[in-house]
Amino acid sequence: MTDGHGLEDKSHFRGVWVFLEGRAGHLRDVSTQLIGEGRRLADLRGTPLTGILPGKGVDALAEQAIGYGLDRVIVVDDPILEIYRSRPYAQVMAQLIRRHKPEIVLFGASKNGRDLGGRLHAILETGLAADCVKFDIDAEGNLDMIRPSFGGKSLAHILCKKHRPQMASVRRNVFVAPPHNPERRGEIVREVVELSPQDADATLLEFEEFTKEGGLRPEEADIVVSGGYGLADPKNFALLQELADRLGGAIAASRKAVDSGWVPKTLQVGQTGMTVRPKLYIAVGISGAVQHLAGMQEAEKILVINIDPKAPLFEIADYGIVGDLFEIVPELVRQLDALKGGDASDRRAVPAEAR
Amino acid sequence: MSPADSNARPLRILVCIKQVPKAQELQVDPVTQTLKRVGVPSEINPPDANALEIALTLKDRHAAEVVVLSMGPTSFDESLERAVAMGADRAVLLTDRILGGSDTVPTAYALSETIQKIGGYDLILTGEETTDASTGHVGPGIAGHLDLPQITYVSEVRIVDGTVRARRTAEDGTEWWQTAMPSLCTVNFGCNKPRSPTLTGKIRVKRGGVIAHWSCADVGIDPKKVGLLNSPTIVAKVDTIRLPPRAGHIFSGEPKETVRALLEALIRDRVIAP
Ligand SMILES: Cc1cc2nc3c(=O)[nH]c(=O)nc-3n(C[C@H](O)[C@H](O)[C@H](O)COP(=O)(O)OP(=O)(O)OC[C@H]3O[C@@H](n4cnc5c(N)ncnc54)[C@H](O)[C@@H]3O)c2cc1C
Ligand SMILES: Nc1ncnc2c1ncn2[C@@H]1O[C@H](COP(=O)(O)O)[C@@H](O)[C@H]1O
Repeated sequence: MTDGHGLEDKSHFRGVWVFLEGRAGHLRDVSTQLIGEGRRLADLRGTPLTGILPGKGVDALAEQAIGYGLDRVIVVDDPILEIYRSRPYAQVMAQLIRRHKPEIVLFGASKNGRDLGGRLHAILETGLAADCVKFDIDAEGNLDMIRPSFGGKSLAHILCKKHRPQMASVRRNVFVAPPHNPERRGEIVREVVELSPQDADATLLEFEEFTKEGGLRPEEADIVVSGGYGLADPKNFALLQELADRLGGAIAASRKAVDSGWVPKTLQVGQTGMTVRPKLYIAVGISGAVQHLAGMQEAEKILVINIDPKAPLFEIADYGIVGDLFEIVPELVRQLDALKGGDASDRRAVPAEAR
Repeated sequence: MSPADSNARPLRILVCIKQVPKAQELQVDPVTQTLKRVGVPSEINPPDANALEIALTLKDRHAAEVVVLSMGPTSFDESLERAVAMGADRAVLLTDRILGGSDTVPTAYALSETIQKIGGYDLILTGEETTDASTGHVGPGIAGHLDLPQITYVSEVRIVDGTVRARRTAEDGTEWWQTAMPSLCTVNFGCNKPRSPTLTGKIRVKRGGVIAHWSCADVGIDPKKVGLLNSPTIVAKVDTIRLPPRAGHIFSGEPKETVRALLEALIRDRVIAP
């Protein structure tokens, strides 16, 4: 329930917090990336950096987290916290924030991070900026929270001047995780938060893990061949795979292709998927909705293959072919093979230093 | 509002709907640096239409009552009317000048108060996020205010023995969750195909009386907790991104020729190795 907490004298609030998410004994990459940026902000404010780790039996994870640059980890260990649930996690965060009054609290803009932040900011009645890509400290010492707006056509600077803590979620792969230093020493603080069994107000009945294709991940590939609704049928992704194989690239997809069940969710590029910055992004049968652009417009070069010359993606293309993908893609594969007698292994992106 | 009550009266499902400018038409005014809204056609925020479709499917199955609600100017009537024409029973628009400029904190508060005024709800649905603000904070915010169980990013909702079962798309896989009612779910864009308005629905709209307009005073909303001045966050400034210009070599014509021209360009520009 709300308590108007946000309006308390803001000078009492001090310190930078990052909410830590783990999985299978490891911190999620968005969490290690948060620690890196949190460290920078804590140093700018001259305050300590604290990681918050609710869970069950998470001591090893807390040790691990310190190595990325934390001064301290607050561990709340409770069987109810073994899996993520909105109510008990929000409860824990709200109570810890009231107890310790941090100035800044950062979350990963993951599904759970957004789920938690959204609930928490209403309970605490304080500001929360979603999906931030950059931070600054302004002249008055406020956190300048910078996020894409209008479908990535601009960047908005969000300030939360009167309320504390200032909260923000951070997109994955925007910040670089600091190197892990196993020698780093920090404090592990155990805290208790009152929880009752009724706080576990949701029961997880079933979990089915996304299939992870063994191949190259789009985030790591120099060339990404991405397919959209224009592919018309899941089996046509085999066409794209052939092209990707010739170029040493990875396959990705638009949300509409994912929602159609053609490829796994883990391959989705865009606002609600992943961000990729390859040397070459090849968009096949993708129209170029703003939510798609949000995940690929920072590619070094963009090649668009679309039958519709008015497809919005052509507006940001370096190269494009207006034509039927079912003719163009096989022809591309043929000509690439002809260029080098079928040997594809060295027709990758030219490394930056050679350009 | 216990499951036992739901035997006594029909289930009541509330769907929070926002009207947004059509995504394709989103443009920043180069002078004012704000979103151009005037003259831009509007639509129901796309994930909210998916949420409505889930509600209407549950209505078909459980004879539930579906109430859509929105907070915004009276121009939002257009979307609420569409929702009723699609099959919602009635609509509530919270509309008041003092709400202008509200960020997600007052929005979640004001919608929660409106929901309590409607009362008797078993399930609240919102979209995963809006296309104009894209925070996804309002749904969980409402659940926080009303102290309800919440399941975010769901694609399917079932009501089984007075409980809610929902399929959630999480980071690493899909999850099925169960909660008591009332609870709140936020719905994934594209998880279903929203139905079209029906003739009967359109006639109901035409006859009038399907949309109630409430002011903050009607609902009992504290004026000191809403509006621009009572929003914790402000947009201090907006920088237009100048993306580096793209070369824009577009080829069209016969496939053999266009592909040859493309490969030549890619090799010439050293994008791929020869
Ligand atoms: C809240 C929200 C979040 C979203 N998040 C994302 C996201 O993260 N990622 C994302 O991608 N989308 C996202 N979307 C969806 C987005 O708005 C678009 O609906 C989606 O990107 C469209 O996918 P598409 O380009 O594959 O399909 P379409 O828009 O249907 O385009 C298909 C294209 O294929 C072309 N085509 C058809 N046949 C052929 C052919 N034979 N040869 C060549 N070209 C052909 C057509 O001309 C067309 O341009 C989101 C939407 C919302 C509301
Ligand atoms: N003004 C509003 N009126 C009704 N529902 C809203 C409003 N703003 C947000 N919502 C609901 O909250 C969801 C998330 O919105 P947002 O947090 O703005 O991304 C939307 O999909 C809607 O269901």
